[in-house]
Amino acid sequence: MSSADTTAAPREDAPPPGRLHSVNDQIADLGEVVVQAVEEIGDITIFAWRTLAWLTRRWPSRDVLFSSLHQIGVRSLPVVALTGTFIGMVLAGQAYYQFRSFGMENRLGAMINLSMFRELGPVLAATMLSGRVGSAIAAELGTMRVTEQIDALTSMGANPLRYLVAPRFLACLFMIPSLTIMAIFMGVVGGAFYCIYVFDVDPYFYFQNAQQAAGAWDLFYGVFKSGFFGAAIAIISCYRGFHCAPGAEGVGRASTIAFVQSFVVILVLDLGLSIVLDRLYFFFWPGA
Amino acid sequence: MVDAPRENHPPSSSPADACLIAARRVTVRFGRQAVLSDVTIETPRGQTLAIIGESGCGKTVLLKTLIGLIEPSDGRVEFDGQRLDRLGEQALTKLRTRFGFVFQQAALFDSMSIADNVAFPLREHRRLARAEAYEIVVDRLSEVGLPASVMVKKPAELSGGMRKRVGLARALVMQPELLLYDEPTTGLDPIMSAVINELIVRTRQQHNVTSIIVTHDMHSALTVADRIVMLMPTARLRSGAQQVVFDGTPAEVRASTDRHVRQFVRGEAGERLTEMNAG
Repeated sequence: MSSADTTAAPREDAPPPGRLHSVNDQIADLGEVVVQAVEEIGDITIFAWRTLAWLTRRWPSRDVLFSSLHQIGVRSLPVVALTGTFIGMVLAGQAYYQFRSFGMENRLGAMINLSMFRELGPVLAATMLSGRVGSAIAAELGTMRVTEQIDALTSMGANPLRYLVAPRFLACLFMIPSLTIMAIFMGVVGGAFYCIYVFDVDPYFYFQNAQQAAGAWDLFYGVFKSGFFGAAIAIISCYRGFHCAPGAEGVGRASTIAFVQSFVVILVLDLGLSIVLDRLYFFFWPGA
Repeated sequence: MVDAPRENHPPSSSPADACLIAARRVTVRFGRQAVLSDVTIETPRGQTLAIIGESGCGKTVLLKTLIGLIEPSDGRVEFDGQRLDRLGEQALTKLRTRFGFVFQQAALFDSMSIADNVAFPLREHRRLARAEAYEIVVDRLSEVGLPASVMVKKPAELSGGMRKRVGLARALVMQPELLLYDEPTTGLDPIMSAVINELIVRTRQQHNVTSIIVTHDMHSALTVADRIVMLMPTARLRSGAQQVVFDGTPAEVRASTDRHVRQFVRGEAGERLTEMNAG
């Protein structure tokens, strides 16, 4: 084609100029984002499904699973315990003056324990897990992807989903209930300590009210939700690592996105599961 | 030790040498960009094939497509008469135990010792006890000239050449029928490159393995290969032209009058600089 041809008059099917063109572009961009998001959700679902399918066929070896349980569960325990303690104390400090103005400081234990059992314990443990473990998983698997270690696994006839994802998934699923219970326990202890030793709340009434307010159902409520959080953290973080872009920047981005997406999913799941569990409770115990 | 390029056995065209692996009319696209376009390459059993071509021509993509790490957008790959695209995940996983892949940067598992890296396929597929697997590991490491003392080390503690040799030992440990090497001499000094070339030749002689080597190191290709195939980047192809611009013996590649082949073999920039500036 000659240069004269390339500078010919605008084609009839060329996009309209001006504001309409800009609006068209914006709609096209929005459409692209939506399509990408839908594709990604589909991809993550297939990824999760294939991981579960591998778990029904063959479990990871004991060595690999124990190593993941230790890395993900045992090593997260101190940080979860520490944050649980401080959240319990902060909650006590924030609520004390409100409760005192109504003369209800003896009921602080009920509020603190119920909050820790149902919401703060599971969400806190899950947030700490996604921050400490989720981003580490994404970075580790991302580096393995970039350095062709995942390809090496595949080329040796070892399925990476079974070898890399399944143990991390099981470790998150099995360890998050323990971490949640630890967060709850330390939050309860921290709150009680602050109320009794700093605000001089009567320990007898504090514990009596606390015991009456929060029970087995509330503990189940929190621990049940945590299982879903653990599964979501593992799947999202592993998926991000597996689909990491090349280079150091790619690994960094995978790690950040893994944390942000896990956190958002934890909050969405928390709301959804709370609604479902409350409905179930009132279905089985309508008079409560 | 290899001092100079040498002629190996010429490619056999006897019908007894059945094709072990073949890419038939393979096209691979990433998004809208085609990296491989309608590529057909057959490799008979026992042959050592070198795939050469400038950076970005799709050599590594072709190698990964051959063992199903990358799915072709069009065309098919056949190994020992079986179409890879028709195999289920489990069957493909099983089939891969017949391949050995030596990665460009060795791709050793950082978290494992050298012993566990090399023993990995044995523990995974043959379910050997650790001690039993380690006995085989010692043999394989000595085959590639590494002492047993490296077994306790982590990959990060080894030099590039040692890591490549560990990668070769790991690829050999299951006694594969097909060995694939991705840029085996890239980033190594000339002596270590010669060592790797010698190991490739020796491995073929000892194990009678079929090998495909992707390289842009002409010395290496001329030293180890029975047959050389040259690919051109799709971006530089004229409409309707084949991506495989050369297929012949090392002697034929040296004597080739094709402009692209000659430039590549001699390492001449030719008109590339002008093309790159224009592009």
